[in-house]
Amino acid sequence: MNPKTNDEKRKAGADTIQRLMAFAALVILFIGFSLASPFFFTLSNIIGILVSTAVNGLLAIGVTFIIISGGIDLSVGTVMTLSAVMSAVVVSNMGLPNILGVLAAVLTGTFAGVLNGLMVAKLKLPPFIATLGMLNVARGLSLVITDLSPIYFPLEVGWNRIAMGSVIGSIIPGFDIPNGVLILFGSALLAGLILSKTVIGRYAFAIGSNEEAARLSGLNILKWKTIIYGTGGFFIGIAGVVIAARLNSAQPALGLGYELDAIAAAVIGGVSLSGGEGTMLGTIIGAFIISTLTNGLRILSVPQEWQIVVTGLIIILAVYLDTVRKRARTS
Amino acid sequence: MNDTLVQMEGIDKRFPGVQALKDCHFNLRPGEVHALVGENGAGKSTLMKILAGIYPVDRGTITFKGNQVTIPNPNAAQMMGISMVHQELNLMSHLTAAQNIFIGREPQNWFLLDENTQNRNSKELFDLMNLKVNPSMKVGDMTVAKQQMVEIAKALSFNADVLIFDEPSGALTDVETTELFRIIRQLKDKGTGIIYITHRMEELKEISDRVTVLRDGLYVDTVNTKETNIDQIIQMMVGRVIYESSPEVPEDRSEEVILEVKNLSRGNELKNVSFHLKKGEILGFAGLVGAGRTETARAIFGADPIDSGEIIIKGKPIHMRRPSDAVSNDVAYLSEDRKRYGLCLSLEVKTNIALPIFQHLSNALGWVNDKRVDDISKNLVEKLTIRTPSIEQKTKYLSGGNQQKVVVSKWLAKDADILIFDEPTRGIDVGAKQEIYTLLNELTAQGKSIIMISSELPEILRMSHRIIVMCEGRITGVLDHSEATQEKIMTFATMRNGGNQDQNNPAQRGHV
Repeated sequence: MNPKTNDEKRKAGADTIQRLMAFAALVILFIGFSLASPFFFTLSNIIGILVSTAVNGLLAIGVTFIIISGGIDLSVGTVMTLSAVMSAVVVSNMGLPNILGVLAAVLTGTFAGVLNGLMVAKLKLPPFIATLGMLNVARGLSLVITDLSPIYFPLEVGWNRIAMGSVIGSIIPGFDIPNGVLILFGSALLAGLILSKTVIGRYAFAIGSNEEAARLSGLNILKWKTIIYGTGGFFIGIAGVVIAARLNSAQPALGLGYELDAIAAAVIGGVSLSGGEGTMLGTIIGAFIISTLTNGLRILSVPQEWQIVVTGLIIILAVYLDTVRKRARTS
Repeated sequence: MNDTLVQMEGIDKRFPGVQALKDCHFNLRPGEVHALVGENGAGKSTLMKILAGIYPVDRGTITFKGNQVTIPNPNAAQMMGISMVHQELNLMSHLTAAQNIFIGREPQNWFLLDENTQNRNSKELFDLMNLKVNPSMKVGDMTVAKQQMVEIAKALSFNADVLIFDEPSGALTDVETTELFRIIRQLKDKGTGIIYITHRMEELKEISDRVTVLRDGLYVDTVNTKETNIDQIIQMMVGRVIYESSPEVPEDRSEEVILEVKNLSRGNELKNVSFHLKKGEILGFAGLVGAGRTETARAIFGADPIDSGEIIIKGKPIHMRRPSDAVSNDVAYLSEDRKRYGLCLSLEVKTNIALPIFQHLSNALGWVNDKRVDDISKNLVEKLTIRTPSIEQKTKYLSGGNQQKVVVSKWLAKDADILIFDEPTRGIDVGAKQEIYTLLNELTAQGKSIIMISSELPEILRMSHRIIVMCEGRITGVLDHSEATQEKIMTFATMRNGGNQDQNNPAQRGHV
């Protein structure tokens, strides 16, 4: 006996408002920090924000596929590290060309994703547990492979230019936007298309919205979950390439805690943790909100430990607003 | 005033964007069964939820036992003596029956829970209802019907003077409904006022003394059941004339067998189930809840595994390992629980319709042809007259009947030949039911074959070419529609440990 037909438009409108809300929050942060500090709204600082978003943004893209399909991936941070390690092994230790290093990283990420998908869909493990296991496996493997110490890329191979060079700067002098930012935006565009225009994305929404209904509609859940987790893993592999390029090395101890920032970015951007809802644009905005906040607070000389507290509060606020919105729609 | 238990006057209730009730009246006498009817969205549940303290009232007065009252919350209503048995079961499946009944007011010894007293008190309630229910059994292990009885026992435990039933028979079979009616009559004799919300017209004559009709949030009329016939009530509900009772079984059907099932067995749930389905036929499946009808359907569809048996589609034996095998053989299953098994509620109408065929509507790279998705779904929305503002609308905002039509559209898009409908009209109002019936007949006219599982005998009798009756996991009877009657079906449906499917299984016939 719920009210049905008359306020449908209002409800549909609420969905758009949430998306606009994240964007509005980003704009407000920008205006606020610009007023508070003359050092915030400068080209170099904005490029700094863009660069610092790249890694978390890519991880958030990967995890978005998985959360939309009703799962979760806690292993994105350490799988990223393992991907970075694999590229360093291929390029530094084996002396193979950079392109094979990139391939090694992307394959590692995709493979870990596929394994996660199989654990969830075939062995029916809860995603939380399966990917928690993968988190430790990947972390341990990185340490084993590197024998606990970082692998550096020889400067002459130019690995760091993958993310830190600037193709745009070489075409338009003075406009030195690093490649890492291009990789982020390119990946976001590709991921957005996969999510909204291909069968993979469509089925991620369907499975996340109602897995049993999707199964009874004839979808092969095992196959599609594996593909969805694998797709997420592909972008985690790219994140591995970018972080290895930024540091010009593979740091095996890195990666723990990155998964939480990635999940936070997705959630702030409107991806529902219960699955079936979300957009890539939202996720990217979410990632930018986190890095803008960190950057702005640092410029205002807020101590780092307080920056962490503020980020935590923002996550709580974002999820609270999400639940308020859901309640408004269902009452 | 003395013979009025509850008097509701001039009740207004507004939800964001919709006027749910406007100037509604309702009164209840002690010892009467007062039925409340109306189409989905008419405001029946809303009116009763106001009486039960779930929604606050915007305007209007409520008088209870001669005193004007305000009912701020469900707890206050229960303390006053007004209890409601909800349409959807509000039980905690991991707790026992007794724990559910006394939740929030558990008897205690000092600070320890007194489970014994709790179980004893629950037992007394069940005895009062003449029911054999084990109070220490977990609710999750019970049948839906038993769970419903636990809900009723819970409502009774407040010593209610007013008991509201919101579509209690929705999940019950005819036999269980009879049992429910017995309990209701018992309560009525003790002077309890009963309010009974229902969609089932045939129940009105059987149980109610008076009927109040609501339409679109407005009060239409209150009539004495004895002096009114059902068609009049339906007319008041929908504001137009509908003939509920004319049978519509087209006689043109071929003899071609499209689906054959041989000796389907699984544990205790399915025992040597064998039958065949002809092209263009509606094959009705009757039986009590738990007779194995849904289990048969799910086994054919590959949703649950089988121990043994054969499924032959268009002459070809098919090994059904998962639903995708069934779908690729043009078999479709439309579950009774649309929201749980049929729809992705948070997704748009068009995505739900195209769900089984996205792979056919995409190129080698997996790129979906959205133009064709739109065309196909627009076409079906039009053809089935699905009432939705657009194909972009999320299915959760559609009414039950329209949601059902979206599920049907999904399988029409897939062009399935064999459609298994499990309780196709459950929870759907009278007008939309009629549309579903018309649709089923259109489908068979196009050469589709339909298995229709239904617990409503009039529906089975009206729609089916042939009727299969099941009991306790086996087929106990097959009837042609010309010979079928409610009595014959009920005889087969209660034929425990017997029936014509047992010939090759002497062990189960009971020895001589």
